[in-house]
Amino acid sequence: MNALNPQLLKNGEAIGLELVPTFDFADFGDCLLAEIRKQGRIAACFAVPVIEKSRELELFALIARDRNASVAVYRTHIGERFPSLTPNCPQMHLFEREIAEQYGVVPYRHPWLKPLRFHNAWRSGGDAWGRPADQHPRVGEMDFYRVDGEGVHEVAVGPVHAGVIEPGHFRFQCYGEKVMHLEISLGYQHRNIERMLLNGPHPATMPQVETIAGDTSIGHGLAYCQVIEALSGCEVPDKAQSIRALALELERLANHVGDIGALAGDVGFLPTFSYCGRLRGDYLNLTAALCGSRFGRGLVRPGGVLFDLDSALAGEILAKLKAVQGNTMGAIELFFEAPSVLSRFEGRGRLSRSVAEDLGLVGVAAKACAVPRDSRFFHPTGVYRHIFDDLITEETGDAMARTRVRSREIPVSIELIRRIGNNLPDGPIRAPVGPLKANAMAIAMVEGWRGEVVHVGLTDGNSRLRRYKIVDPSFHNWMGLTMAMRDEQISDFPLCNKSFNLSYCGVDL
Amino acid sequence: MLQMIRERWRQGFRTGKFPKEEPILPPRFRGLPKFTGECPPDCNRDCETLCPFSACKSMAGRLTLDLGRCLFCADCPACPHGRIIFGSDYRLAVRKREDLLYNGGEYPLAQPLEPARLKLFGRSLKLRQVSAGGCNGCEADCNVLGTLVFDLGRFGIQFVASPRHADGLLLTGPVTENMRSAVLDTYEAMPAPKIVVATGACAINGGPFLHSSEVSPGLDPLLPVDLYIPGCPPHPYTILDGLLRLLGRR
Repeated sequence: MNALNPQLLKNGEAIGLELVPTFDFADFGDCLLAEIRKQGRIAACFAVPVIEKSRELELFALIARDRNASVAVYRTHIGERFPSLTPNCPQMHLFEREIAEQYGVVPYRHPWLKPLRFHNAWRSGGDAWGRPADQHPRVGEMDFYRVDGEGVHEVAVGPVHAGVIEPGHFRFQCYGEKVMHLEISLGYQHRNIERMLLNGPHPATMPQVETIAGDTSIGHGLAYCQVIEALSGCEVPDKAQSIRALALELERLANHVGDIGALAGDVGFLPTFSYCGRLRGDYLNLTAALCGSRFGRGLVRPGGVLFDLDSALAGEILAKLKAVQGNTMGAIELFFEAPSVLSRFEGRGRLSRSVAEDLGLVGVAAKACAVPRDSRFFHPTGVYRHIFDDLITEETGDAMARTRVRSREIPVSIELIRRIGNNLPDGPIRAPVGPLKANAMAIAMVEGWRGEVVHVGLTDGNSRLRRYKIVDPSFHNWMGLTMAMRDEQISDFPLCNKSFNLSYCGVDL
Repeated sequence: MLQMIRERWRQGFRTGKFPKEEPILPPRFRGLPKFTGECPPDCNRDCETLCPFSACKSMAGRLTLDLGRCLFCADCPACPHGRIIFGSDYRLAVRKREDLLYNGGEYPLAQPLEPARLKLFGRSLKLRQVSAGGCNGCEADCNVLGTLVFDLGRFGIQFVASPRHADGLLLTGPVTENMRSAVLDTYEAMPAPKIVVATGACAINGGPFLHSSEVSPGLDPLLPVDLYIPGCPPHPYTILDGLLRLLGRR
């Protein structure tokens, strides 16, 4: 069995691809299942054409072993067809659909093999669904799961929704008001980001990465920078690490506070809705004070950050934060003390711990099911190595738990910012970034506000990006929303949906 | 109940005085660019290639920035002589695409709608927002206009749930291939006369995804646009200022 030991990798580290052994597919599948049984989870899984031979694909799976802060890298080869691992490993579900759509290969015996983003295959010579290669696939055209029978009806919503939000299509199978199944079909936001990054880094790459999911600009920007820094062997200065973590926590605060406000709005509890809507802007404005952009655009760059934080500005930010904190806690307290609010949230959209683990949920959605997932805790980089130990979980797995996780993470983030702001190291904020190592792989896991953002970069012999894989936390978590809706009232969908608040463009890429 | 009243008291009155008073933006905010000095005579016009989104070019011997393509990058690489710096003016909305070609001097801020539509929409404008490949940045900055700080409703402007109730389409995102028909259907579903607002660099010219095969280079090839609001994303006050100018309220 010694030959089947995978190469291990730490968050923010690079390794030469020659060190990663290639298993045959049966061993690859067995190892993956064994890892999952030992509470490993699939952080990323993707295919890439073997350099010389065009039709053959290499398949990589990166398994996060949270308990020993490492990632196991598995590698195998696949041809036009390969046996699906999804029946035994639900975490693979969307990864296999993605690979099928990108390269026109078929994971056979996949129980739910449907397009994911509705684009043409990335290479000529076949589409997994036999769609014509000379025209763009029609978005949303797939076999939706359907329930028939007396009293059963179907409700279709989207892509254009009633609010100011991103597009996606939801198909409910209902018996009366009760939802038997919800199927979510995305792809409307597909901009082709992963392919635009190929052969990079390009001058346009950084703005594209910052808009993978524009509400997670810092999270995705940071993940990209950590991949590039790992591949080039760049040591990021301490001060830049501090500023990055501060910005990441501000991003979390703005979104968590905004989410609680929006959740209050969804049940018509206007005080918290109004106050939090305003307070969200206050946190965004703190990010703007740091870098000029409310969403942190332009702050993080490979090698460090572009904007310095001197003690005067840090003091100003901390003072404003203190003022906002009181109002935030007051606004949230109202929410949790109103019986009418509690009765709407408790028990809605419940997910069990075992379903959350099977689906590989991450971030807020996982923590609400008592599943500890936080890459700041398990795979820390930068200042998180020293200052983060407050991993929050809730037990009940319902909309209430997801709201509580957010509300409890707010003071933790504020405290982190205070500690970072009061202990800013001196020194430079940016280090030079050299050329990337050839034939290497690096992974970065950043705990964005929704959960773990994973980026993986693979270089070719010329040090260009041969493949760049992006896994937004929403990629894992949309399936959680589907399961949470089972047996719920369709009228509770907005509430359940908001309690997850997942990204459409982060999945559509 | 008492707690709610106490909290209401503590939260205070937060609606901004805009447009009577100008908003205070942070010193590092990047708004309308300024051009310092002159192009050196021996300049080899690197600006035409250095901006990855081709926002910068030399037109009739003058350095010109296309604000429809510009993302207001903090590390703008366009001019190696450092002639481009971003100023603090947040007012950026214009009525015509060519007005976004800026080379210094007075900026042609948006003029009001022509009298026929202004009469209809001037005091009540209902907008249908559609995101077509937007990253949730522009969407968030539109959403925030509904909060009590900006209080969009006091200007008679409102985002509505159905295109049938809408006077205008406010679009964000570059219009992905997969959203194209939904955008056109939404436009068709609105009763005429109607207006179209392209919000953010993506909607104006494709933004960071200008060169993607899966998106349109913005809204121009698809629909007649009445207002362009640049930025990546535009500041909420930039959007609000643009809408108010369109309605002749500024």
